[in-house]
Amino acid sequence: MNISFLLNGESVVLSDVAPTTTALDWLRETRGLTATKEGCNEGDCGACTVMVTDPDGSSRALNACILFLPQLDGRAIRTVEGITGPDGSLHPVQQAMVDHHGSQCGFCTPGFIAAMAVAHLNGDKDHDTALAGNLCRCTGYAPIIRAARAAEDRPVPDWMIADHDFFLPEISAGGSSNQGFDVGGGKPPALMQPRSADDLAAAYAANPEATLVAGATDVGLWVTKQMRELGQVIFLNRCADLQRIEPGQDRLRIGAGVTIARLIPAIEGLHPSFTDMLRRYGSAQVRAAATIGGNIANGSPIGDGPPALIALGAVLHLRQGDARREMPLEDFFLDYGKQDRRPGEFVEAISIPRQPDRLRCYKLSKRFDQDISAVCGCLSITVSGGRVAQARIAFGGMAGTPKRAAHVEGALIGQPWSEATIDRAMQAFAQDYTPLSDLRASADYRLEAAANMLRRYFLEDTGQTAGIMEVKP
Amino acid sequence: MSVASPLPHDAARLHVTGQARYVDDIPLPAGTLHLAFGLSGVARGRITGMDLSAVRMAPGVVMVLTADDLPFANDVSPSAHDEPLLAAGAVHYIGQPVFAVVAQSHLAARRAARLGRIDYAEEAPILTIDQAQAANSRFEDGPRIYSKGDAPAAIAAAPHRVKGRFEVGGQEHFYLEGQAALALPQEGGDMVVHSSTQHPTEIQHKVAEALGVPMHAVRVEVRRMGGGFGGKESQGNALAVACAVAASMTGRPCKMRYDRDDDMVITGKRHDFRIDYVAGFDDAGRVLGVDFVHHVRCGWAQDLSLPVADRAMLHADNAYLLENARIESHRLKTNTQSATAFRGFGGPQGMVGIERVMDHIAHHLGRDPLEVRRANYYAEAAPAAGGAGGLSAPPFTPGERPPEDISGKKKQTTPYGMEVEDFILHAMTDRLATEAGYDARRQAVAAWNAAQPVLKRGLALTPVKFGISFTLTHLNQAGALVHVYQDGSVHMNHGGTEMGQGLFQKVAQVAAARFGLDVGAVKITATDTGKVPNTSATAASSGSDLNGMAVKAACDTIRDRMAAHLAERFGNDDITFADGCVHIGQDHTLTFAQAAQSAYAARVSLSATGFYATPKVEWDRIKGQGRPFFYFAYGAALTEVVIDTLTGETRILRADLLHDAGASLNPALDIGQIEGGYVQGAGWLTMEELVWDTKGQLRTHAPSTYKIPAVSDRPAVFNVGLWEGANREDTIYRSKAVGEPPFMLGISALMAISDAVAACGPGYPALDAPATPERILAAVRRVRDGI
Repeated sequence: MNISFLLNGESVVLSDVAPTTTALDWLRETRGLTATKEGCNEGDCGACTVMVTDPDGSSRALNACILFLPQLDGRAIRTVEGITGPDGSLHPVQQAMVDHHGSQCGFCTPGFIAAMAVAHLNGDKDHDTALAGNLCRCTGYAPIIRAARAAEDRPVPDWMIADHDFFLPEISAGGSSNQGFDVGGGKPPALMQPRSADDLAAAYAANPEATLVAGATDVGLWVTKQMRELGQVIFLNRCADLQRIEPGQDRLRIGAGVTIARLIPAIEGLHPSFTDMLRRYGSAQVRAAATIGGNIANGSPIGDGPPALIALGAVLHLRQGDARREMPLEDFFLDYGKQDRRPGEFVEAISIPRQPDRLRCYKLSKRFDQDISAVCGCLSITVSGGRVAQARIAFGGMAGTPKRAAHVEGALIGQPWSEATIDRAMQAFAQDYTPLSDLRASADYRLEAAANMLRRYFLEDTGQTAGIMEVKP
Repeated sequence: MSVASPLPHDAARLHVTGQARYVDDIPLPAGTLHLAFGLSGVARGRITGMDLSAVRMAPGVVMVLTADDLPFANDVSPSAHDEPLLAAGAVHYIGQPVFAVVAQSHLAARRAARLGRIDYAEEAPILTIDQAQAANSRFEDGPRIYSKGDAPAAIAAAPHRVKGRFEVGGQEHFYLEGQAALALPQEGGDMVVHSSTQHPTEIQHKVAEALGVPMHAVRVEVRRMGGGFGGKESQGNALAVACAVAASMTGRPCKMRYDRDDDMVITGKRHDFRIDYVAGFDDAGRVLGVDFVHHVRCGWAQDLSLPVADRAMLHADNAYLLENARIESHRLKTNTQSATAFRGFGGPQGMVGIERVMDHIAHHLGRDPLEVRRANYYAEAAPAAGGAGGLSAPPFTPGERPPEDISGKKKQTTPYGMEVEDFILHAMTDRLATEAGYDARRQAVAAWNAAQPVLKRGLALTPVKFGISFTLTHLNQAGALVHVYQDGSVHMNHGGTEMGQGLFQKVAQVAAARFGLDVGAVKITATDTGKVPNTSATAASSGSDLNGMAVKAACDTIRDRMAAHLAERFGNDDITFADGCVHIGQDHTLTFAQAAQSAYAARVSLSATGFYATPKVEWDRIKGQGRPFFYFAYGAALTEVVIDTLTGETRILRADLLHDAGASLNPALDIGQIEGGYVQGAGWLTMEELVWDTKGQLRTHAPSTYKIPAVSDRPAVFNVGLWEGANREDTIYRSKAVGEPPFMLGISALMAISDAVAACGPGYPALDAPATPERILAAVRRVRDGI
């Protein structure tokens, strides 16, 4: 199929694109644009960060190493070559990085520049969050943050705004990409890019062996690290209706294609502890690509979304062709690597019931930002008249799936909201979980830390301690 | 004057625009082939059979090489010739290269490399220190022992004793640019190699051996690395040699870069240590005797492990005068990656051992750890001359030094017999403690902790005294090549390599200063074995000390020739080079370009080499006696942390660093080394954890599983200052080396965590490193239980 996009302001039309060619390889090897670096080839270091602008004019930083070319269709991409002015003049963040000695070996620098330029464009001044996905081994980051601050109020250069109204007629109409939905007869195409959930449902029902790719933050590694052949690929990123967030009276319905980045503001006011955790979900680059549907559907035992959603009593919406069903999210996870998803069935949405916010999320990892949880504990405990009225507690990293703590909940419900109750309930963790030892943590530590999260919930709820991040120097 | 100016990195503009070219960015000639290694899947055994037919048949594969196909030397070791490029019969760790695929693309090579079928007769691997000790699997015949006084007797007679065991983890370099090499075959069998290496001469040497040609047939060029940290001192040999061999056999350019996972699985890391210690001390905490046993996990090949382990022993005293000390070092051979150079080169491991002892002593006595540290410091040196003079002072000569007051003082020596003449940590510690408010914060932390049931703060101020020079004395030499062109522009070359540390800019500042030019007039050129031969690795923090002096010598040769010519021409020998001009007496001024043109027209050579050999150093590593170091670099750090006693999570709240770079050649670049070194050092001791499974497979093989500090891990408050004082030794403009020493400022983070944990109860934390949340939580439990 053909895809088209803008590259540093110039229109590019490609035909016969292999579905799993990464943007990074294409930029470096085909186009000779070597400013964008390969540091890890798995979306963890940010050296390959590029700026991508959507048809709605919003720009984000993405990792090019796990960005497949078809995901760029209809978008604009800007590399560091295009963040530098057409006449060679420096972007304000580039000048600031020179002025503040923000580069040493320079290899991570283009990725930082791209991430910083996106934050600068978007007026984002939370630099620690914006740059958590860019690793630097030389500077200790201090001069980079000084540079980011120095550039904050400098005007956005003209050339950076050009992508906002880039849309060439053929791109905005999406005319180049609408192949692949003639699913009757003939050899199915290797790459399909449906434009709606209906199209997706039809395509996937007809090709249930196909690989679904949403943000590619997980599937990308199947290709770059495991060197797997994906076979037929269905890209979800152009299904606009999967990207809707629909607030309702009783629930908030979130389309499967909603990225983590867009999820955060949608639930910020409802469950701030959830959003605090989601700000540590991957990095800005990962959150801008990864979708909540992908986070659920890949069935990771440690993905941080599901434990929180389970604690909130979320309902999963599945679709197969025209048939739809729904279930409590915890029922979807059957066993390690096994979910209750039928051939040709896909996650269409997740709904969070409206409720008073009692949720606290505790993410425990060796590194604060951009690390996979050793334990992720999400607890929602309602206290009424001094007693526990309701408890929904779910953990990641404690079993082969995200899993509710039924015994712990049982030990809490109906009991006085007291230290003694907590002590008893902490004993119940061993009945709910037999975690593994692995490179992230030992089984004993996981069990101890998980039980301590319940204690932390109680201590915070009763005003006896703050969180470690609230301590100021 | 260009020297001492806080100029940006010479390539800063190229970095930020993405124009800075690394090996993987070099445009490739048509027909270039790409390599990938097939790796051993077992940690120890013999290869009984290999079926590489699927590899050969894979799309794009041009050639597959095994040990049998190599025409000459099958060795990429920098030391003991014990490191075959491709496994020959036996395999020694999971990740060892067994065969090399040569293919039409990087991806094709990577894909094909996974298709090899290798059969092994597996043997039980030796992975841990205990296993290696039990099997007596080691390098050298037995342990090395350095000693001074009579440690066992002093310990036995001491009023107080502590003993303990301290596990200190290794560290992955995680240079952002992975290992890479490109070999370009030339006419007549010559080879040009672009390599991401700290040691071009070593690459040249190993490539020549592998091709069976003299070194003159191989030219190695290095413009820059995307980070090195010691990880590119020897670990680039395999890629360069493999590419050169394949290029020689195919006649086509060959390139290899490791995918990150391959890089982490194949290459060596920082040595992990187990340190057993016993110390005897008096009521004030003064150490009367200390005994260390270092167990060093070296991995499968010798590489640089002997000098690394030596340097650990040489830093077992850190800043403390030890009258009775014994250090025993076991260099253990294990079926893991061959541990290698990493910033500090063993020094950090040795130093963190004595810092642990100081911490333990203070806890035992209930004293402030800083008080105990100070009580053990070496005596302060008399103020050195030149200290107040700064950089504009004329070159210092020994005769100008005011006499030191050494009356009534015997020489203070390290456990290896080197006199410590330049100790400045009393004054540095005073200044840091005062400016960072140590005493008040100590009280504030105690009060805060008393009111907090769950969170605890801790703080620690630790010193650094780091020895500067290669301990292999003959490596302390450097060469340079400088040309002045007839338009007055300067071409500068030396044997040092640029890995981000700013060496090129510092040395260019030296060259510019010698000619009285703006630094922009000096062209910095790629390190090239064809321009400066027989170079040492850019390592041991020596880059600017050695190459700065060599460049200065070359520049001065040319400058003196120009001056002699102008003196003759104008009949006046009062010649000064300044502000881009050459002034001849009061009456004549030429631009530098005019002066160069004049010299050229008079047939004066405007090209010169320069050479430098570090004076004063001599060292017997077997006896453990001598002066291995030209001088010491100093630093001190105060770190404050908070821990969560429910999960063991920790955050660095504040760090205040004061570091001695002598009379800094470039304060901005030096501060960059200090900030970056601290964060890297703190990362080593807190979150960076290497995990091998019981089969010897490295489970932390990518940034998804191995976590280096991210932006939010830097201290929330981060103050860095340079100590103002010139090097008392005659180094380039009286500066001091700054590459490695600040790394060890990160030790204060570990000690601050220990302090926070100690606030939880009566026991001693005995915290191992890295202090992950899991280890911290276990230590909290121990402390509460009063163990």
